[in-house]
Amino acid sequence: MITLAHFLTLGAILFCIAVAGIFINRKNVIVLLMAIELMLLAVNTNFIAFSRFLGNPAGEVFVFFILTVAAAESAIGLAIFVVLFRNRATINVTEIDSMQG
Amino acid sequence: MSFQLICFYAFAAITVGAALAVIAVRNPVHAALCLVLTFFSTACTWLLADAEFLAIMLVLVYVGAVMVLFLFVVMMLNLDLDPLREGFVRALPVGLAVAVVMLVEMLALIGVRTLQVAPPADPAVTAHLSNVRWLATALFSNYMLPFEVAALILTVAIVAAIPLVLRRRSDVRLQDPARQVRVQARDRLRIVKMAAVKAAAKPESTTP
Repeated sequence: MITLAHFLTLGAILFCIAVAGIFINRKNVIVLLMAIELMLLAVNTNFIAFSRFLGNPAGEVFVFFILTVAAAESAIGLAIFVVLFRNRATINVTEIDSMQG
Repeated sequence: MSFQLICFYAFAAITVGAALAVIAVRNPVHAALCLVLTFFSTACTWLLADAEFLAIMLVLVYVGAVMVLFLFVVMMLNLDLDPLREGFVRALPVGLAVAVVMLVEMLALIGVRTLQVAPPADPAVTAHLSNVRWLATALFSNYMLPFEVAALILTVAIVAAIPLVLRRRSDVRLQDPARQVRVQARDRLRIVKMAAVKAAAKPESTTP
């Protein structure tokens, strides 16, 4: 019997792996974007579990919207990377400092 | 231990292992492929939670479109990998510590011990509906406006992404369709009025 705790634990583990990925891959923007996708996946797993265990379709509707926004976000993010690589010939985060922020 | 629980543990183990590989492997192409495996096995766990439509959506949209886009960009960029791995080992203990602390806090907060509740009957099945119809009934009644806004967001994304990567090169000769359409006949052709037939030469006056 799969309980709610199983799904929430899976979501928490996925989210923490994504946080660790952001910490250890600070230079590589593409892996950073992949870690963000992992975080969204963890959140979606939680939404689906609660939707199933509370019998409320709102959670699944929300997952639908999160998938939409995440697809748009990754499309624009990858377009920005392509422009960045074309102009600077690198996607190393430490070298993108022309605004001196 | 039921068959469903065994399946859940298997899919969850594959998900966690592939997610660890995503953040640990050296090559971004391998990371993207591991992310595909993560999405796929997560879709299997969503199937076990009776979310059939969203599981199929995850495979179609993410594995079919977004990850292909990722792979396309990663392969196109021709990255120099060595500088991107600097600081990996140095940041590893910090990242692991933060992740483990967060995980323990989360599991304590959500109270894993107290949430061992049995799943209620599938709400879609008790309403005598399929999962798709159950979801669509909510989506197209209470959430109609957000649904339209989501479509608008996708349109905005495509309008933003295409001009970003569109490049107008100056060193090649290209047709400009707008100028071709705008051109008028009088820019290309000059009509000169002239007589169709040359006038016959006057006969010379004969000398008497």
